[in-house]
Amino acid sequence: MSDAAKPSMAAAAAAGAAKTAGRSGRSTELPEHLKVYKGVWVFIEHDRGQVHSVSWELMGEARKLADKLGVDVCGVLLGGPSDKLEDYAREAYVYGADHCYIMRDPVLQGYRNEPFTKGLTDLVNKYQPEILLLGATTMGRDLAGSVATTLGTGLTADCTELNIDGRALAATRPTFGGSLLCTIMTLAYRPQMATMRPRTAAMPARDESRSGDIITMELGMVETDIVTKLLAFIPDATSNNINLAYADIIVTAGKGLKNADNCKLVWDLARVLGAEVGATRAVTQAGWLEAERQVGQTGKTVRPKLYIAAGVSGAIQHRVGMEASDVIVAINTDPNAPIFDFAHHGIVGNAMQVLPVLTAAFRSHLDKRIRKVA
Amino acid sequence: MHIVVCIKQVPDSAQIRVHPVTNTIMRQGVPAIVNPYDLFALEEALRLKDKFGGRVTMLCMGPPQAEDALRKCISFGATDAILVTDRAFAGADTLATSYALTAAIRKIHAEQAVDLVFTGKQTIDGDTAQVGPGIAKRLGWNLLTYVSKINEVDLDGGTLTVERRAEGGVQRLQTKLPSLITMLEGTNEMRFATMDDMLRAARVPVRKWSKDDAGIEDITKIGLKGSPTIVSKVFAPKARSQRAEMQEVGDGIDVNDVCLNLLQKIFTTHPTLEQETVERLSA
Repeated sequence: MSDAAKPSMAAAAAAGAAKTAGRSGRSTELPEHLKVYKGVWVFIEHDRGQVHSVSWELMGEARKLADKLGVDVCGVLLGGPSDKLEDYAREAYVYGADHCYIMRDPVLQGYRNEPFTKGLTDLVNKYQPEILLLGATTMGRDLAGSVATTLGTGLTADCTELNIDGRALAATRPTFGGSLLCTIMTLAYRPQMATMRPRTAAMPARDESRSGDIITMELGMVETDIVTKLLAFIPDATSNNINLAYADIIVTAGKGLKNADNCKLVWDLARVLGAEVGATRAVTQAGWLEAERQVGQTGKTVRPKLYIAAGVSGAIQHRVGMEASDVIVAINTDPNAPIFDFAHHGIVGNAMQVLPVLTAAFRSHLDKRIRKVA
Repeated sequence: MHIVVCIKQVPDSAQIRVHPVTNTIMRQGVPAIVNPYDLFALEEALRLKDKFGGRVTMLCMGPPQAEDALRKCISFGATDAILVTDRAFAGADTLATSYALTAAIRKIHAEQAVDLVFTGKQTIDGDTAQVGPGIAKRLGWNLLTYVSKINEVDLDGGTLTVERRAEGGVQRLQTKLPSLITMLEGTNEMRFATMDDMLRAARVPVRKWSKDDAGIEDITKIGLKGSPTIVSKVFAPKARSQRAEMQEVGDGIDVNDVCLNLLQKIFTTHPTLEQETVERLSA
């Protein structure tokens, strides 16, 4: 949506969308030729032999939307000769897809904007889905923005909730740095496009009994058509591979830790729990922890089983990135800190004092259990 | 070398508050700043200008007061600035915004050929990351998003090699000029403004283009009319129905007891967590 939709936003909030749209002279009616657009599509993102989990999370969401609309769910797979697209399609059925579109071409080996934009745009124009969902990853956002512009349709980024209102997609996302949520709709254009960040939606249950069919389409490009060349892929060193989004337990450092040295206390607890270390924006901006560790609106969305926030006030920008965690624990000196409004367990106290004791308690408790297992 | 850097003036989102009763944004006293992500794009453009010579033209779409943001960029060393401003742009979503900016870039390109367009990776108010790709597609130029490093620019050969952030690694890509780059954050550090540039920023004229000046003929493509997305509802996030179960550390309270109690509560609330943690640590 809506980088510049602010002026309309206040009006929309006050008056409701239909009226606002009506006043502006903008059509909110779906033109006749777009009414044939049917079905919910998920772009299945894969790279170097791995499907990104966000694609399956989206498949679960797509299934729910399609069931409300009474239409089918389709997975879209673009790739090169050595990509196991048929295997990925079988996985897609298990997670809820009814059909898969496969486009295989040597120029689609490794992601590049140009051929992927053409491929996905051609598929949409030929098979006409009403909704197209992509992960809000570096690949998904690059591709979604390009496809939406090429098709001249609406795209809503980083949705936290997808629903159906009437027959249209109601895509809810944080706005103004997470201070407010807004619901965006694309009424007079198709397909309705949206991206969702990894871990925003839960992984759907697997249903091994499900299967589906494959529809193939040719890309019709040759390497000499494509200007941009992929020279190399340099994987991140495993030592600094921070997998915050998919961590089971996260211990997060906030500004309340006062300085970089005190972040050591968070690391100590994380080590005992086998957890990842997260950070608030203030902490990464101060350089106490790496930018990749930032949780929140401008950082990562996480949904661990346990989230321990130490010295975190719980500003809305942070909250939107972690409130889906199963259990939230907060340690803060201020009993009125907003984090206690959405944490499950709170300790009012100094994190520098509490963390070492909590670390010792977990260490002693878990050590006993581990010895029992051994 | 001629580089265009697109910026946006945004409210400092860290200072935005929502009115507790009306659920509207309280803009009063919230400073307008250059979108912080755009500064990484500007610094990278200035480095190329230092190396190859030429000019850096700033471009912004926004209300008249966005001129301040453009002057700020000139103080860092940009050559000149254009503000595309017109009431007809009001209510533009990312599709309509990229249309207007593309028209302006075409106009700039006609005055003096543009080699590179830079944008930030996204804004801090909209967070969509869609305008950069939108402009590249409309111009038909090569798109390079989330660039972490510019390895090589060969002006004579018209080629460009960059590193682009991907999931789990970086792609090294080679492409041709002209291209559009969206710059990743944290990739460089903005220089200090020199006294000369600060003085220049105060007096250099910022060109203001209306939609007609920018060469926009089709008014159905701009503003609210040109925006497929409709904001149907704005609301505050729901509060959780229950506040946290609180324990206090203080005089006469043993921190040990509080922590042991917390540990028990965590493992009770999430029955499988303890076993899973033990298994993970044993593996």
